[in-house]
Amino acid sequence: MKVLVCMSYIPDTTTKIRFREDNTQLDDTTIQWVINPWDELALTRAVELKEDAGTPVDEVEIVMVGGVRCEPILRKGLAIGADKATRIDVEPLDAFQTATQLAAYLQGKDCGFIVCGIESGDYNEAAVGGMLAELLDYASVSSVSSVQFDGVTPIYQRDVANGKEQVKVDGPAVLIVQKGFARVPKIPNMRGIMTARSKPLDVIPAIEVDPLVEFVMYTAPPSKGGVKMLNTPEELVRSLSDEAKLI
Amino acid sequence: MSILVYIRNVGGQLKKQSLELTAYAKAMADTLNLEVTGLVIGTIADDELKKLGNYGMSRLLKADDEKYNQRVNRVYTRIVEQAVNEVDAKYILFPDNAQGKAIAPRLSVRLKAGFIPQVLDLPSSYEPFTVKKRAFTGKAIATVTAHTERVILTPMLNSFGLRENARDLEIQSFEPHIEEPNSRLELVGKQLSEEGLQLADADIVVSGGRGMRSSENFALLEELAATLGAATACSRPVADDGWRPADEHVGQTGKIIAPNIYFAIGISGAIQHVAGVSGAKCIVGINSDPEAPIFEVADYGMVGDAFQIIPELNALFKKHIHENK
Amino acid sequence: MNFQLTEEQIMIQQAARDYAQRELIQDVIERDEKAIYPTEHIRNLAELGFLGMLVDPRYDGGGMDTVSYVLAMEELSKVDSSVGVIISVNNSLVCFGLEKYGTEEQKEKFLKPLARGEVTGAFLLSEPGAGSDATSQQTKAIDMGDHYLVNGVKNWITNGHTASVYLLIAQTDPAKGHHGINALIVDRHADGITVGPHENKMGMRSSDTHSVQFTDVKVPKENRIGEDGFGFKFAMKTLEGGRIGIASQALGIASGAYELACKYAMERKTFGKPIIRHQAIAFKLADMATEIEAARFLCMKAAWLKDQGQPYGIASAMAKQYAADMAMRVTTEAVQIHGGYGYVKEYHVERLMRDAKLTQIYEGTSEIQKIVVSRAIESGDV
Repeated sequence: MKVLVCMSYIPDTTTKIRFREDNTQLDDTTIQWVINPWDELALTRAVELKEDAGTPVDEVEIVMVGGVRCEPILRKGLAIGADKATRIDVEPLDAFQTATQLAAYLQGKDCGFIVCGIESGDYNEAAVGGMLAELLDYASVSSVSSVQFDGVTPIYQRDVANGKEQVKVDGPAVLIVQKGFARVPKIPNMRGIMTARSKPLDVIPAIEVDPLVEFVMYTAPPSKGGVKMLNTPEELVRSLSDEAKLI
Repeated sequence: MSILVYIRNVGGQLKKQSLELTAYAKAMADTLNLEVTGLVIGTIADDELKKLGNYGMSRLLKADDEKYNQRVNRVYTRIVEQAVNEVDAKYILFPDNAQGKAIAPRLSVRLKAGFIPQVLDLPSSYEPFTVKKRAFTGKAIATVTAHTERVILTPMLNSFGLRENARDLEIQSFEPHIEEPNSRLELVGKQLSEEGLQLADADIVVSGGRGMRSSENFALLEELAATLGAATACSRPVADDGWRPADEHVGQTGKIIAPNIYFAIGISGAIQHVAGVSGAKCIVGINSDPEAPIFEVADYGMVGDAFQIIPELNALFKKHIHENK
Repeated sequence: MNFQLTEEQIMIQQAARDYAQRELIQDVIERDEKAIYPTEHIRNLAELGFLGMLVDPRYDGGGMDTVSYVLAMEELSKVDSSVGVIISVNNSLVCFGLEKYGTEEQKEKFLKPLARGEVTGAFLLSEPGAGSDATSQQTKAIDMGDHYLVNGVKNWITNGHTASVYLLIAQTDPAKGHHGINALIVDRHADGITVGPHENKMGMRSSDTHSVQFTDVKVPKENRIGEDGFGFKFAMKTLEGGRIGIASQALGIASGAYELACKYAMERKTFGKPIIRHQAIAFKLADMATEIEAARFLCMKAAWLKDQGQPYGIASAMAKQYAADMAMRVTTEAVQIHGGYGYVKEYHVERLMRDAKLTQIYEGTSEIQKIVVSRAIESGDV
């Protein structure tokens, strides 16, 4: 069974975010790009499922929409343990474009399920997974915390408001996953790093599609007024109730 | 034309979030001279739903056939789509939580409607539709426009607040036409969790870091949370070490929350952690290290031993809540 | 000239950094305090391939270049230089020596498990009476026809207790001076081997350092590395590469302390501003950054020469001496910048300062490195 993992790349989480061109563009000159952390967890779990002989998963492919600059990120995914990488050659302008590109490539692909990290750490849309499922007309299972198998049928566990549910889907599904799907991202080993270059990384052309929304400007978040240091628990309770009026 | 608000049905109960979302919709509606319409799916009593009228909703569609009690994203999307057509909704609002995230993007594709999540404020313009949203996990704010005929928004919890605006609410039964069976997704098991309050819904969050020193010591935070009706959370190292469940991890790579009060106890306040709570109205930092970076972002800070402070705080809050009942 | 790292090198650097910052950091203070060997970490790092990263994949190694090794050593040693030295000894002394000079049979039997990190190795050169002076070996390996009979004591042996494979340097024919020295592969569990108690060290306390006594230990002839009398040259050649490992370890100790000092200087406020805005502190940090960068270039140059197949003995001596002495200066300043906090264990820098001291001493003291460099100056090689 093949598992497809959709990945995006974001500025390293410790990077300072700056903008240029009158605050209309992200200043990417000093940014170090990394795999979006939720996607990295998705890939980690997919690779673990493949390495676990007790599951029917035997192949993991990663797919990314992006320009040539994201190839090192894909090769890191291959080093972590994906078997194949595909890059759809365009820098997308919004989540709809990303999802449409992915859907065009994934339509009809033989696979058990498709995994998407809940959101990306750049535009925080949490949109691509759901859009992709709709475009493919697949079921989407969100807040997935684990995958078990009943024979060759995947059973997805999802977190719901008052507990956990296990669900089964007739046909392929898009899983939207968050922390908990894997505990920590897998660190690639030397063998993985060495073989990453010999694994296939296909580049395919993008299709024409217009974005639905436009990012016109960026501003810095408002700065905080500064901390008020308190000396006793009594002062804290009083401040929260009388001053902030929150309790 | 109208504004449609998706009302989350949590086992027959409304969440405060839905009231806030209604108030947000009402503020838009007043500017545009439109009506606020709601949609709720699954079994829920009218008495509970009437609360929505207090915040400005005038009409509510109720798709309460029992077969819809089980959420299937694909089916729910189609129900909302039909409601959009029924009331000719130009703007569709979802809560910014797991359910909103599961359905709104699907609806966006079906309606070819611009989708803007994590909205921080009321729209600054309607021609073209322009609104501010959170970006780069709180490190920036993006101004986004949508030129599509319809627009879908998920305003962030607590970004707007509750504003009462009483209306007579007309509740109507709504029968969507869902051709296909519900069964593409089959429920094979369910476990109810003991702790009722979800992190994303909580007004108050009590969160602990490595400074709590062991998993056992989180009992102190659980007691404080119980007093305050708060949810518990933790920093990444705590979740990674298995002291707390992974779904309590708040931060850049965990949950992103925006409660009214966030207690950061024994949390140093690394940039990756703060990114998860930058939307909180009020951050309270309690740390033994006066130089901890949490005090750079906190509204209130206390330096000291959490093991001493927390029980005292707990007793004081108990007393305060009792006196103000 | 090109200072650009390859994608693979960056990935290895990140892998080492991720492991160090996520895992090693968790218990490094406790392991230092109680002198606990990092068994679990060494197993995990073996699975990631760090224990034999320089060995050819034919012998189950990682097949990485020396530049990657410098990057990995720096990242691991930023947090835990004890783990750094365990990996350094295994890679650049034991595995390197076996791969370069061992027979196919020896590689098959001893190198492969070492490269996979299933077992670790130790390098036994120092003696109570002969530390840096490798020519005056007192440990005897008497030629008994089909085997050597070994008697003597080795000390300051890193991995002395935990290793399964010893590379032993011993004197076979004192009359021939250093041409009478042999290098032997010895099973650590052979009869007649007694491992002394754990040395209670000032720093690098989580690595195990022991003396090892040999009493009538029989070592088969086929365990000799190279021709009869090759031992001294073997030791010298192996140490040339070892110096790159220790230099990178010192580099890591320094850059780890520097990063902590920077973070502290930006957060800590005195007289109403972060202390980095006080020139006394700012200039310290500027000097530290520059010295670290200089040491990094020396390490990289030596590693690059080795990867190019060019002589690197002098470059590695320069790198080791400069990086070790620099690490001592930088860690001392890092403690100073932290003030009182720097003197307590919780803030890590005091440990790094204690660890730095050892890099000036072992695998050839800073003074020995200066002998290597100055002799090269005299002979016109520099």
